Amino acid sequence: MPRDFSWIRPEPWGIHVVPADCWIDPARPVDRALVTHGHADHARGGHGETFATPETLAIMKLRYATEEGAVPVPYGERIALPGDVHATWIPAGHVLGSAQILLEHASERIIVTGDFKRRADPTCPPFEVTPCDVLVTEATFGLPVFRHPPVEEEIAKLLSALAANPERCVLVGAYALGKAQRLIAELRRAGHQDTIWLHGAMERMCRLYEEWGVDLGDLRLVSDASKEQLAGAVIVAPPSALNDRWSRRLPDPITAMASGWMRVRQRARQRMVELPLVISDHADWDELTQTVVDVNPAETWITHGREEAMLRWCELNQRKARALALVGYEDEDD
Amino acid sequence: MEAFAALLDALVYTRSRNAKLKLLADYLRDTPDPDRGWALAALTDGLDFPAVKSSTIRNLLTERIDPVLWTLSREYVGDSAETASLLWPEPAEAPSPPTVSEAVDALSRMTRANVMVELPKLLDRLDANGRYALLKLATGAMRIGISARLAKTAFAQAFDVAVEDVEEHWHGQTPPYAPLFDWAAHGAEPPNSDDLPLFRPFMLAHGLEDTEVDLADYAAEWKWDGIRVQVVRAGGETRVYSRSGDDISATFPEVAEALHIDGVLDGELLVRGAHQGGEEGGAASFNALQQRLGRKTVSKKMREEYPAFVRLYDVLILEGQDLRPLPWSQRRAALEALLPRLPADRFDISTVIPAADFADLSAIRERARDDAIEGVMLKRRDSPYVAGRKTGLWYKWKRDPLLIDCVLMYAQRGSGKRSSFYSDYTFGCWDGDPDTGAELLPVGKAYFGFTDEELKWLDRHVRNHTVGRFGPVRETDKSLVFEVAFDSVHASKRHKSGVAMRFPRISRIRADKPAHEADRIETLRALIRD
Repeated sequence: MPRDFSWIRPEPWGIHVVPADCWIDPARPVDRALVTHGHADHARGGHGETFATPETLAIMKLRYATEEGAVPVPYGERIALPGDVHATWIPAGHVLGSAQILLEHASERIIVTGDFKRRADPTCPPFEVTPCDVLVTEATFGLPVFRHPPVEEEIAKLLSALAANPERCVLVGAYALGKAQRLIAELRRAGHQDTIWLHGAMERMCRLYEEWGVDLGDLRLVSDASKEQLAGAVIVAPPSALNDRWSRRLPDPITAMASGWMRVRQRARQRMVELPLVISDHADWDELTQTVVDVNPAETWITHGREEAMLRWCELNQRKARALALVGYEDEDD
Repeated sequence: MEAFAALLDALVYTRSRNAKLKLLADYLRDTPDPDRGWALAALTDGLDFPAVKSSTIRNLLTERIDPVLWTLSREYVGDSAETASLLWPEPAEAPSPPTVSEAVDALSRMTRANVMVELPKLLDRLDANGRYALLKLATGAMRIGISARLAKTAFAQAFDVAVEDVEEHWHGQTPPYAPLFDWAAHGAEPPNSDDLPLFRPFMLAHGLEDTEVDLADYAAEWKWDGIRVQVVRAGGETRVYSRSGDDISATFPEVAEALHIDGVLDGELLVRGAHQGGEEGGAASFNALQQRLGRKTVSKKMREEYPAFVRLYDVLILEGQDLRPLPWSQRRAALEALLPRLPADRFDISTVIPAADFADLSAIRERARDDAIEGVMLKRRDSPYVAGRKTGLWYKWKRDPLLIDCVLMYAQRGSGKRSSFYSDYTFGCWDGDPDTGAELLPVGKAYFGFTDEELKWLDRHVRNHTVGRFGPVRETDKSLVFEVAFDSVHASKRHKSGVAMRFPRISRIRADKPAHEADRIETLRALIRD
C-alpha cells in the first residue's frame, strides 16, 4: 500500500501533526507547538505549550519574557505525544539550540529540518544525518549560484580590511541571534582578541550564549565607547542599524554584512554594503542537495526558500519531491 | 585581469561618486598601457566582440548545467555574466589569470565557430570575480553605474586635464586610446580631429521645477517631442548622432544627405505631419516618428510616408569656426543666418516664443495644443554651449503630465540594481463598470517613479498578493491602485486596450483607494489626441 503520510499536513501557517494535534513552527498561536529553533519567524509566542530544546526555550524567554507552557526537550530524548506520535529533537547546526524534529507515527518517520547548515559552527553542535521516510527541508539558498565560501576566507577579508584602515572601523551587520555570535566566535578562532563592540540590541543574546558556554571574549557596548576606542575595531550591529542614524557616531565605518545573500553583488548593493561577507547559517546549494543524498528519504518536501530549483534537482535525480507553500518565514537577513 | 576585476567589484560596492572617481582615476594612473585603455573602453561600452553574445553565455552554461536551473538562477541573480561566474565549475588547478590585453586579444580572435571552445579556456584561468569581469568585458554590458561621463571625469582627474578636453579628444579615438593616453599621461599633442565628422557632447537642461526666470535674461523656445540629434559634416562626410552619441545616419539618410556645409548642428529630429493629426507640413506626434526609429535600413516607402527633418536649436561649429564659446544670442544669429543656405524640406528652426514676461509665457505654454510640443526650453541669452548640464544656463519646462488611476495586474523582477525585486509593473483600467463584471485590460507598463522604500513595499505587496506565476512574471490579486503619470496617449492596434501610453511612470501608490474606483478605459481613450 502506498504511503501518503497523511498524518502530517502542511498548512500555510505551519506543519500540522494531526494525531497529536500539534504544530511545528506555527505562524500563529496554537495549543501545542513544536519549535525547531529560536528565530522569531519560527518561534512565535502565545502558544499553550511550547516543546523545544532548553536553549531555544531560553532564547524564547529572553524575547517574550515568559516561560509559560515551556516544555524542555534535550537533544536526542524521544518523547511521547498524544495520538501515538513520538518526537525527537536532533541537532541542526543552525544556531544555539537549533534542531531538526523527528516525528514517528505508525512506523513512519518524518523529519522537519527547520533551518540548518552542514558546516562547523563553534556556537552549536553539528547537524546529524538521521534516516527517515520524509525529509521536510528548508531551501533558503536553494539555487546553484549559492555556494558559501569557507568561513575562514571571509573572516580573513574582514581582518585585512580592518588592518588596512586603522583609523576606520568595520561595522558588521549580523542577525542578532546566531550570526552575530558565530561571527564573533570565528573572529576569536582566527586570533582576533581585541574588544568587539556591540550595538545595544546584541548584548542580551551574546550574554545568553555565554551563559550556555560559548566563549565570545571581551565584548562591550558602543554606547560606552569613545570615538578613539572604536578606530580600528570591529563593531557588530543588527542589519537594520547599518544605515541608520545610530551608525553616524562611528568613526568612518566600513559597512560590512555577514549573510549568504552577499554572494550576489546586487543584493549587497541593495543593502548599501561596501564589504560583503558571505557567511550564512543556512545550508548552501551543495549542502542542501548533499543532505537529501545523505538522508536518502523516500520523499522530500521543500519549504521556505527557492523551492523551484530544489524541486528541479530532485526531478533530475529521480527523487520524489513536493513544494509546500508555507508563509511567514523571513529570509532577508541571513 | 585581477586588478580590473578588483576595480569592477570595488565600483559595484562603492556608492559615492567621488569614491568611484578616485577608484577609477587610481586604476587609470597605475595600470600600464594598453590594459588601462581596454579597461576604459570596457567600462564605457566601447568594446564589441561579435563572437560573444549574451546567448553565448547561456549556451556555454546550459552545456554544463540543467537549463531550468540556469534559468531560475539567472532570474534570481538578474545578470547573465554574474550568474555564469557563480555557476562555472571551479577549475582543478590554481587560476593563472590573463592580462586585460591578453583577454581582449583572445576574445577578438574568437569566432562563432570556436567561441564555445575558446571562451571556456579563458574562464578556467580565473576565479569567480575574474570570470565575472571577463564576461562583463566580453559582452559589453557592464551596468555598474559608470556612465561615460563619469569615466571621462575620472580620466581627467587621473591626469589632471580638463574634462571638456577629454570629451573633445575622446571621440574618433578607438580602444585602447593610445593617442589619448599619450596626450594626457605623457604630454604629447592631442589627437587631431578637424577632418572627422565627430560627435560633440550635447548641452543639456535642468528641469525648471519651481524656479521662475526673467525673460530679459532667458530666451524661450518650444521643446519638441522628437529625438535630439546632432548633424555633423566634416571631411566630406555627414553623420547624424543621437543624444547618446550613436550614429543613426543610416536610419535617417535623407537628413544625412541634406547637409553640405561643414559644421555641427544641434536640433530635434521630427517626422513631417499629416500623420496622427499633425498639420500638413508641420511635425507629427512622437508616435509617427516611432515608425522610423530603430531601423538599420529604411525603405523608400517609409521615407515617403514619414519624411524626417531637423528642427534646429543651435550651431556648435560652422565652417571651421568653433562657436561654442560665444553667447547663445550670437550663436542664434549665426543659426538664423545659416538657415536660408540649408534645404528647407530637411531643416527648419525652432522659433523663439515671443512672450512678454514669465506669466505670459506660462499662459502660452498652457494653451499649446500641438502634439509635437513637449514643453518649453529656457536658455540664458549669454550662455556658451557647454557639454552636459550646467546649473542656471538651460531649463526645460515640460507640459504637466496627464494622470490616471490604474490597477496593478502583473509584476516582473527587475535587473541590475533591482534584481530580485518585483519592480516592473503592468497595470490596467476597467473595460466597463467593475461592479457589473467588467474586467481589467492592461494599458501600460512602468518601472520607475517610486522611491527605494516604496519599491520594497511594492515588492512585498506583490509577493503577498500573488495569484499566479508565469515564468518570471507574477499575477497579483489586482487590489492595488497606482496613480500613473504619462505624457500622452495614442491609439494603438498592437495593444488589446487599443491605447499606448507615452512615458508612463508611477506617480503615486494609492493603497488607500479601492481597485474598483480606478479609472475606466474610456477615460484614457478620451485623452487620445492623434
